Amino acid sequence: MSEVLAAAPASKTSPKRPKRGSGKGDAVFALIAKGSGLLVLVLLGAIIVTLFVGGLPAFREFGANFLVNTDWDPPHDIYGGAVAIYGTLITSVIALVLSVPISFGIAIFLTELAPSWLRRPVGTAVELLAAVPSIIFGMWGFAVLVPFMATYVEPPLIDNFGDLPVIGDLFSGAPFGTGIFTASIVLAIMIIPFISATMRDVFLTVPAVYKESAYGLGSTTWEVMRSIVLPYTRVSVVGGVMLGLGRALGETMAVTFVIGNANRITPSLFGPGNTIASIVALVFPESPAGSLKLSSLLALGFILFVISFIVLALSRLLLRPGVRA
Amino acid sequence: MSASLAAPPSAASRDEDMARSLGRRRRVTDRVVRVLCWLAAGVGLFFLASILVTLVMLGYKGLSFGVFTHFTLPPGSGGGLLNAIVGSLIQTALGTLIGTPIGLMVGTYLSEYAAGSKLGDVIRFVSDILLSAPSILIGLFVYQILVNPFNGFSGWAGAVALAVIVIPIVVRTTEDMLRLIPTALREAAVALGAPKWKSIVFICYRAALDGIMTGVLLAVARIAGETAPLLFTSLGNLNWSLDMSRPMSSLPVTIYQYAGSAYEDWVQLAWVGALIITAGVLALNIVARVALRKRT
Amino acid sequence: MKYTTLLLASAALICGAGVVEPAAAQQITGAGATFPAPVYTKWGEAAKSAIGVELNYQAIGSGGGQNQIMNRTVDFGASDAPVDAAKLASNNLVQFPMVMGAVVPIVNLPGIEADQLKLTGDVLADIYEGKITKWNDPKIEALNQGLKLPSIAIAPVYRADASGTSYVFTSYLSAVSPSWKSSVGASTSVKWPVGNGARGNDGVAGSVKQVRGGIGYVENAYASQNHLATTELKNKDGEFVKPTMESFQAAASNADWKDAKDYAVSLIDQPGKTSWPIVSATFLLLPKDAKDPAREQLVLKWVNWDYEHGDQIATQLEYVPLPAAVKDMVRATWKQQLAYK
Repeated sequence: MSEVLAAAPASKTSPKRPKRGSGKGDAVFALIAKGSGLLVLVLLGAIIVTLFVGGLPAFREFGANFLVNTDWDPPHDIYGGAVAIYGTLITSVIALVLSVPISFGIAIFLTELAPSWLRRPVGTAVELLAAVPSIIFGMWGFAVLVPFMATYVEPPLIDNFGDLPVIGDLFSGAPFGTGIFTASIVLAIMIIPFISATMRDVFLTVPAVYKESAYGLGSTTWEVMRSIVLPYTRVSVVGGVMLGLGRALGETMAVTFVIGNANRITPSLFGPGNTIASIVALVFPESPAGSLKLSSLLALGFILFVISFIVLALSRLLLRPGVRA
Repeated sequence: MSASLAAPPSAASRDEDMARSLGRRRRVTDRVVRVLCWLAAGVGLFFLASILVTLVMLGYKGLSFGVFTHFTLPPGSGGGLLNAIVGSLIQTALGTLIGTPIGLMVGTYLSEYAAGSKLGDVIRFVSDILLSAPSILIGLFVYQILVNPFNGFSGWAGAVALAVIVIPIVVRTTEDMLRLIPTALREAAVALGAPKWKSIVFICYRAALDGIMTGVLLAVARIAGETAPLLFTSLGNLNWSLDMSRPMSSLPVTIYQYAGSAYEDWVQLAWVGALIITAGVLALNIVARVALRKRT
Repeated sequence: MKYTTLLLASAALICGAGVVEPAAAQQITGAGATFPAPVYTKWGEAAKSAIGVELNYQAIGSGGGQNQIMNRTVDFGASDAPVDAAKLASNNLVQFPMVMGAVVPIVNLPGIEADQLKLTGDVLADIYEGKITKWNDPKIEALNQGLKLPSIAIAPVYRADASGTSYVFTSYLSAVSPSWKSSVGASTSVKWPVGNGARGNDGVAGSVKQVRGGIGYVENAYASQNHLATTELKNKDGEFVKPTMESFQAAASNADWKDAKDYAVSLIDQPGKTSWPIVSATFLLLPKDAKDPAREQLVLKWVNWDYEHGDQIATQLEYVPLPAAVKDMVRATWKQQLAYK
């Protein structure tokens, strides 16, 4: 652009114009813009460094054992992160197992099956579910889901399956209503909108001609989805699922209300547990500044950030650049 | 051939053709999958409905003028949510005020200065990570840099934590909106002698203003409901306080404290607060989405 | 523009709020134990009309209360677990008792009414250690001949947050069960071998209410507020006692305040035929170097009013007021350490 304009003859009668591109205003503005961009990078670095430095006393005290120690023993100042890490991973995994099929179904519904008048409202409704603050999910979980689980779901499952060999362990314990499984259900409901919105956007990028050719050859809707759409979008679908996973890993409020807050690992689905986010939320108010307890919480925060970072980075790389998650 | 590919065959005619040519197994499988997909959509809608119905049923009873004009008081003394609501408004407004300009500049940088560059890609990548990063960790981070060194929870720390959440949201929408503006507009500005920064500020921002405001609205909706970052920064305050350098009340934190209590009036207030937050957040979202749709 | 409207609306709300409710000048903030929260809040209400001091009490658990006062983010901290002398000194805090209360076990068993079930300390310890897992266990049945106990799993509930009530309960278990003492110990936050955690006394009450076969431990007021079935406990003298005001007072009368450093008496497992075994005092923590001395005097004014006029309210809620002699000792401490007039 500047070359073209520079080549244009300068009129002798026009007033002296300030040089384009080299004015002070431009330099300042460009500096601010670039500075802000770098600030974002600094921000991420600062978060990582702060969490790590804050958690350093705990890492130094416990070493690698911090990751596998299931002891959370405040009176003796011994803190192990294994329970929280396990809880985070297992609730997220179960949440994925529950939500991916439903999200998939919703995405198919929105792209292929819904009559056009239904498409917009249902799509908006699903997106609004994503906008609901997580504390509302927690309160709803505690007020509606937990009593439901404690009254109608857990007692029959425990009574009927609790004594069976091998899988009985999954259903053992008392019907608290709270626990790993309930927390996973709440998480699943929370991440359904994210995964289904991403899947829907990704499904819509499939060129119509591929689908039409398949339909023209007599495929059913399901066959088109399975053989055309999914293989085409496979990578991005995985990216979308990882985005949902990234969200689920860090959820605090939705989980704290319903997870049962126990620092143990139990084989039972209905057993209580803790996630990194819920233990940090619970224990923080009673952790004196500079204590080993606070340092352990920061160390757990660092670990959570690392896990989330890896998952979110993977998701970002897998999602096609054109599709906005 | 191309004519028949121009419009997708309608479901009805497809079904007829299918019925004639397909084996039973394929037809049944397709039917089953369709039903499951309808069920899936139903499940999603069911949970949304359940949440909204619960909120309305449990929260509506406590909704009264008093909720908006009385402070939080010990249980059994009535009381409302005024200081919580105002504290939330203040911290949300400040968080947005701090985070939006930064996000705006980053989005501008990505769209106008670094489109296609390696640095731009990295910054975009990092911004997306921050977008979905657990908000409790942001709260911990701000605690370490703003609360611990100064030995005090404060409204400022709360606002900063919210600002950090706002930034990536505004970055994303600003970049998207600026990208949509045709290059011709920028070229015209330059041709008229405007320096680059003026063409951005006075032309591009103006043109993209609706979209950028939508992004800001979405950011506001997101931070209005955030609890975890405020737990570690502004802590919560039962008193009426406008002092930003001391702990400050907020609606989500107050709800968190009240919801688990044994006192009925506090639990009732928690549900009223939940209803207020959800109504506000959903309203903001709907407005933002309608505005966005009009744009693109 | 929407932005400006939002800004204007919030400004209007803030200004309007100033008009609607003038800022209370005589306000004190405290945080801590949920154990005494019912009586503190009732005292707060009464004191407001009597002497114009408004109390805002945040019941976040004893651990939280200790932490907040150490960080000086509140005017006073409240804790059922006494803070040890070294920590008091290093944090420049003064500790004194407010009132005494009792911790009672609560159960949710179909067909079992209040004060019907009989338990002992070591059975409780075994339940919370996971050694007894079903309600119709022979050890429980032996104590309750004639009561039909269902064969359902026991669902123990404990305090997930750092709790003075937990400190009191685990102190009791440590006193009566050597196995508990060596494997778990007593503290505001222990490594609970089994069960689910809940936030606050109210959380435990709510949790037990919801779970079939649940058992928990709460301050007495929470049991009656939530209509939960309490149990009888065997005391040191071997008698089964019901959790009543008389049994609490019997235990409290044994307290030796004079010899307790920083008033940290233990009322666990006291002798006496009618004594309730799990009674405890609850404490207030105040800074010696308060940033706002006038506010600290307000706190003392409120506590003094509670000492002089709050006994009836306390006994109504089944808390045991301090003996007059102790109150005088405390006032002397205030004069000595907190410049009380």
